[in-house]
Amino acid sequence: MNEITKLIIDATTKIMKDICTKKLVNEAEQGLWASELWDILADSGMITVAIPEERGGNGGGYADAFNILRLAGKYAAPIPLAETFLGNWLLNQLGGEISDEPLTFAYPNKNQLFRFQKNGEGWVVSGKARAIPWARFAKTILIFGQTESEHVVALIKKEHGHIELGQNLAGEARDTITLDHTFIKDCQVIPIEFEHVSNQLWHSGALTRIVLMAGATERVLELTKTYTTERVQFGRPIHRFQAIQQQLAILAGEYAAAGIAADCAVDAFKPGFQSKDIAMAKIRINEAAGKAAAIAHQVHGAIGFTHEHILHQYTRRLWAWRDEYGTETEWGNQLAHQIVENGQAGLWSFLTDKKSIGRIIEKKESV
Amino acid sequence: MTFTNQGHSFEAYFTIDLKFRILYYFDYRYDILIIGMLEGLKLTLGVILVKSLKLSIAHFSDRTDAVREEIRSFIRQEKENGTFEPKCDSWLSGYSPEFSRKLASRGWIGMTWPKRYGGQERSAIDRYVITEELLAAGSPVAAHWIADRQTGPLLLRYGTEQQKEYFLPKIAKGESYFAIGLSEPNAGSDLAAVSLKATKVDNGWILNGSKIWTSGAHFAHYMITLCRTSPLNPENRHEGMSQLITDLSAPGITIRPILLMTGEHHFNEVLFEDVFVPVNMLVGQEGNGWKQGMAELAYERSGPERFLSTFPLLEELVNTIRLKGDVYLMSQVSSIASNLWTLRNMSMGIAQMLEENKTPDLAAALVKDLGTQLETQVAELARLLVSSENMTVSDQFEKLKLEALLHSPGFTLRGGTTEILRMIVSKGVIGK
Repeated sequence: MNEITKLIIDATTKIMKDICTKKLVNEAEQGLWASELWDILADSGMITVAIPEERGGNGGGYADAFNILRLAGKYAAPIPLAETFLGNWLLNQLGGEISDEPLTFAYPNKNQLFRFQKNGEGWVVSGKARAIPWARFAKTILIFGQTESEHVVALIKKEHGHIELGQNLAGEARDTITLDHTFIKDCQVIPIEFEHVSNQLWHSGALTRIVLMAGATERVLELTKTYTTERVQFGRPIHRFQAIQQQLAILAGEYAAAGIAADCAVDAFKPGFQSKDIAMAKIRINEAAGKAAAIAHQVHGAIGFTHEHILHQYTRRLWAWRDEYGTETEWGNQLAHQIVENGQAGLWSFLTDKKSIGRIIEKKESV
Repeated sequence: MTFTNQGHSFEAYFTIDLKFRILYYFDYRYDILIIGMLEGLKLTLGVILVKSLKLSIAHFSDRTDAVREEIRSFIRQEKENGTFEPKCDSWLSGYSPEFSRKLASRGWIGMTWPKRYGGQERSAIDRYVITEELLAAGSPVAAHWIADRQTGPLLLRYGTEQQKEYFLPKIAKGESYFAIGLSEPNAGSDLAAVSLKATKVDNGWILNGSKIWTSGAHFAHYMITLCRTSPLNPENRHEGMSQLITDLSAPGITIRPILLMTGEHHFNEVLFEDVFVPVNMLVGQEGNGWKQGMAELAYERSGPERFLSTFPLLEELVNTIRLKGDVYLMSQVSSIASNLWTLRNMSMGIAQMLEENKTPDLAAALVKDLGTQLETQVAELARLLVSSENMTVSDQFEKLKLEALLHSPGFTLRGGTTEILRMIVSKGVIGK
């Protein structure tokens, strides 16, 4: 671990510990925007990590950004950090403008694209995007659509659309935005190769959920460990019982597996390229999330099942995030195709050979 | 400030928490937490080895890729020549001295050891690649396996110069095989109950007692025998044990087979009746046997053999499904494949840390727990995805499935049962 990485981790941990408290997470669920948390991260330069300084970013690598995001997962930070990272990275690739304001988007559904019609100086836009993380608190939203001739992505202001509130099973905001023949004068509308961009977002989006879950699993292990040393039954702290020790060890195993899977997926990450690592890490961490949540609740007993106790802020997130950007079934199918295509070289070669396919997304000239 | 503990020197940037009068510093390089308690003006310092579950990522260089190509082409050639048929659990049941000597002649046994002891001074990651390729192919590596994995590192760390010069070159040539004498009829999971008695005599010890479940004692030349050189102290049961190199052809030793449920000869009972062991066969310090033995465990528990024992079956399963072109069935393999990918990364991370002189023993116990469960799951998955109707053991798929299933009870027992491993992990997590 180099000094810069350590510095970023230490600073982010301190910010999260101080500001991202139980009260803040609960209040966000009631509809309050965690503005102080966002502002401090922005002031510390954490929002635009992995974008070169000459492009308006704060430098550093993707691994740094994913380290920050893992801590956001560990502390259940109620902000669109994952979406802002990915959105800014995409805009940077496409030559768009970068900002450290909250930005969000929903993974584009190719059957529900926005319609863009040129109208003088601006565009008339219609369409709907669902389950956008934290859209109600965002400044800008990336929407994916089609003009008469090509696919585009556009960065619009939240006020251009009508927002309907929604949430996922963790109580995190997942809102719908609707535009109905809305005239937008000044916005970036950038042509894209849709399949390529959507594929990149599918993989990098999954990687954000992977590190968020790795962080939340760590917190779940910490809470469970602490509980077993504090809770006394039959005259002893419950960690002294072998039945509890077996559960703790399984939980520790899931945590360790989740951690290394996340590290390796981050290590192999190159935007625009797909390797098997993200698929395998997502499958493994989805499994770890389910097991870790179940064990934590079993060990905590009834108190862990209450709103009062903080455990649910992490277990509900694990349950929510494992279904975002691909379940085990979806990634399992994708892997199955790759293994079949790998042919007679077999599973061992598939597991051990370093292979990634793809190319970097670049600015595309308009048709 | 800088201070020294057990030969390591630490640059410590202390944080002082006045409220709790605690002073602490976490050293990321060594996973060490240094804690000081302020009592008035007196400062007590303590160093706690944090039982870290965080692992490094191992990176392969282009040179390592070349090593992989080399071993793959060797294996391909051997298979074409009909030297061996892929077998499950080949690291314990694939005994072939000829094959071991072939590997030795290519410098693939004792790879990481110093050249003056017959080694090649290669990296732990190079060795990792060689061993995982051999296991994945189900090749017969049982003869030299324990000597290469465990005895070599043990002697390098604790052995006398004479022992190193005598034993290591013979191991590296694939000519000298070792067994490990741990369990006894009344000392299984509770290993501290070991009672094999070593009575001090002129120039050595006289051994009386027995070892049981000793893998490969019938073909090994020597055994690293854990015995009591001092009587049991009920206050500290780990005291008074020593590791002795025992010549298995010595007078007074009787080796009796204990057949596996398949009828295979793998386990043995080793009986000692007034067996003389010369004084120069003591490994390390007299009375330090427990601690020395425990230090081997991170090597023993974290290697690729802890999750690849049934890989030949998994490869055959994938191949069978691929030939059917059934993507749905293949997707059922994805979960196990992802788990295998994760375990391999954990295991390589541990190999990397061992080379950096860290002892990730908790993580090693976890690899063994998770890995051996996966080995067993492979057999279950195989029977669910491919019907064995009209197949017999003369079909390769059925043969591998039978080997995997009938050996599976051993996976989660050998090298520490799952239950014992979990107790170790749990205590490490709690920190008590």
